[in-house]
Amino acid sequence: MGKLNLDVEKINKSRQSAKNIADEVQKFIDLHTTVATERTVVRLLGVDGVDEIGKPLPNVVVDNIKEGGGLQRGAAYWMGNAIANLQITPQEIAEKISKGELDITRLPAKDEGKIKEEIYKIAKESVEKIKNVRKTREHFLNTLGEGPKPYLYVIVATGNIYEDIIQAKAAAKQGADVIAVIRTTGQSLLDYVPYGATTEGFGGTYATQENFRLMRRALDEVGEEVGRYIRLTNYCSGLCMPEIAAMGAVERLDMMLNDALYGILFRDINMQRTLIDQYFSRVINGFAGIIINTGEDNYLTTDDAVEAAHTVLASQFINEQFALKAGLKEEQMGLGHAFEMDPSLEDGFLLELAQAEMAREIFPNAPLKYMPPTKFMTGNIFKGHVQNAMFNMVSIMTNQGIQLLGMLTEAIHTPHLHDRYLSIENAKYIFNNARHLSEEIEFKENGRIQQRASEVLDKACDLLTQIDKEGLFHTIEQGKFGGVKRMRDGGKGLDGVCKKDSGYFNPFIELMLGGDK
Amino acid sequence: MTEAQKVDLTKVMPYGDTLNDGVMQLSFTLPVPYGDEAKEAARQIVLKMGFEEASVVYAHDLGVEYTYFIVYAKTKQTVDFTSIEVPKVDVEVMEKEDIENFIKENIKRNIVVVGACTGTDAHTVGIDAIMNMKGYAGHYGLERYEGIEAYNLGSQVPNEELVAKAIELNADAILVSQVVTQKDVHIPNLTELVELLEAEGIRDKVVLVCGGPRITHELAKELGYDAGFGSGSYAEDVATFIVNEIVKRNLINK
Repeated sequence: MGKLNLDVEKINKSRQSAKNIADEVQKFIDLHTTVATERTVVRLLGVDGVDEIGKPLPNVVVDNIKEGGGLQRGAAYWMGNAIANLQITPQEIAEKISKGELDITRLPAKDEGKIKEEIYKIAKESVEKIKNVRKTREHFLNTLGEGPKPYLYVIVATGNIYEDIIQAKAAAKQGADVIAVIRTTGQSLLDYVPYGATTEGFGGTYATQENFRLMRRALDEVGEEVGRYIRLTNYCSGLCMPEIAAMGAVERLDMMLNDALYGILFRDINMQRTLIDQYFSRVINGFAGIIINTGEDNYLTTDDAVEAAHTVLASQFINEQFALKAGLKEEQMGLGHAFEMDPSLEDGFLLELAQAEMAREIFPNAPLKYMPPTKFMTGNIFKGHVQNAMFNMVSIMTNQGIQLLGMLTEAIHTPHLHDRYLSIENAKYIFNNARHLSEEIEFKENGRIQQRASEVLDKACDLLTQIDKEGLFHTIEQGKFGGVKRMRDGGKGLDGVCKKDSGYFNPFIELMLGGDK
Repeated sequence: MTEAQKVDLTKVMPYGDTLNDGVMQLSFTLPVPYGDEAKEAARQIVLKMGFEEASVVYAHDLGVEYTYFIVYAKTKQTVDFTSIEVPKVDVEVMEKEDIENFIKENIKRNIVVVGACTGTDAHTVGIDAIMNMKGYAGHYGLERYEGIEAYNLGSQVPNEELVAKAIELNADAILVSQVVTQKDVHIPNLTELVELLEAEGIRDKVVLVCGGPRITHELAKELGYDAGFGSGSYAEDVATFIVNEIVKRNLINK
């Protein structure tokens, strides 16, 4: 098959194991909910804003439900019951709770049919709104168009949304297709989403709905100017995964980093919590037409990129299956990987090429998210610029979808304005200069590249077979991904997980998965 | 090498292609629109810095009315190399095997090292390079050292948790990695750890070390650490310091 002559049987077997693994975890997910999942329901019902001490109202509502012992029934039930009792809007309910005028679980229980009728009416409107946002994006893509793949993806990270906007607009003018506003360090561990426009962040800018809105507007403006739709990316990860998804769906984000495994391994977020959260967040992202980016590249920053290559592939297979369960199309799966091998390695370029081509052939319709060298960037900006050029070369030779551009000043500081220009120039030069190279090359039969790919696939297949036997939770406990061990009951956020009771319902999962896209 | 003999170490200047030509390369951005005026502005700012013969070799429009420049210029400034003193971790670095033997012979028990990326910092590349089994660029990490029990607590560890863990494990040394240093966020965080250790009364019972790309030994000492390690440091640099310090400060039987 393809240029690498990969063993189709092995690919099928790997995919089947990954499906079994995801099926098993999904059984667990379906029985549980979390505080973040319920806050997302509250948000999608139209609750926004903060109380007088700055606590977001979705937190106020869900905390009230949790304190009343009602979390297992779900926020939709309690909100619906409150509407049936009081005939006021979800926002008014939240405000009453925040003023201490209402204890939502103490209201008389209304008829379940009536509750659902009230909730579905609002939920359908909310889903319709998101559908229209998706149509707006499609309209822009049809009229303005977009840059050729690989999309040039750059990061802004000033901490100040207004400064970010200047940098983002400059990047778009220089040729960037995708702008990611990196989040302030530590936001992933906040169990609430901050509110309003923000100008103070460290190593990044708070993800807030207002910041999303401001950046979206700026990118639409510059998109008109440069005649290309500019995509906006943020981080749908951490303890507020599905809430960020809901905010992004409404504010027309186009891509979201969205990977539970990343949070488990690298942010020490509890695995039960984040896998449940991931499911709802992916349902929302899927429905909103958002491309998710998965975080396999990170395994190679803590583990060795040559030795651990198969863990990246195995994780891509698993992420693909979780994404399919949440209704994401292959075209929305920005499966992650990275150019992170030691540059002093003889033939390292060949190994990188094998890995990138393998991912391309195994996931032919996924817009693969390719991450630049970081671990072996040294502060020698001149060599770093060459390392990034090698990375760009592999990308165009293997038709990657989303190219997160390496910065020559990686390992020194968050990018300066001209660092971004230099990296965009680097990528544009190579992508244009070698645009159709991939159509002209094939790899020597049974040569180094083919052999390497086949070896990585074999190992990934074995690992997936093993995970299928032992279960995903147990595999993570043993440190098989990224060399990082995490316990099933360890990490942050476990106290926000609860078992659903028989009266639980979440209208959005049903409406968003139920076709009618 | 006639050329090299002419270097006057009391008056050293940058070298381009001729001794004492003073040539330096600069690159920067000015928030002004691209054009001849922008180039002249770039030239003038370099001259104001004390350079001579500033030559703007490249200018590029960054959009949003900003312009990027590459400039070459000559300085007449000199430094006296013979009078330079830089505070350094003053021990002769040993190899892994020598460190292991040193522990066996001089400390005669296993030593406990606890490390973490503290505060909001989530970048574990540095602490992993020093502590994890695999190490970095062929230099094995502390986990692989015989005689060292290494505990890498990972990212975003609150200072309180690190101190609690150090007490629980009766740690001989604490390693703190700080990679995110934007707006000097690392300074209060590093200071807080020292204060906590003092409050717990164990500051003088542990070897306290910090590291990261923007950390110098000088800064570390200023903040109350025993040592600081910047880029290009490996496990053996850190381990050599720790084992020597344990002996020097008589922390063997604590």
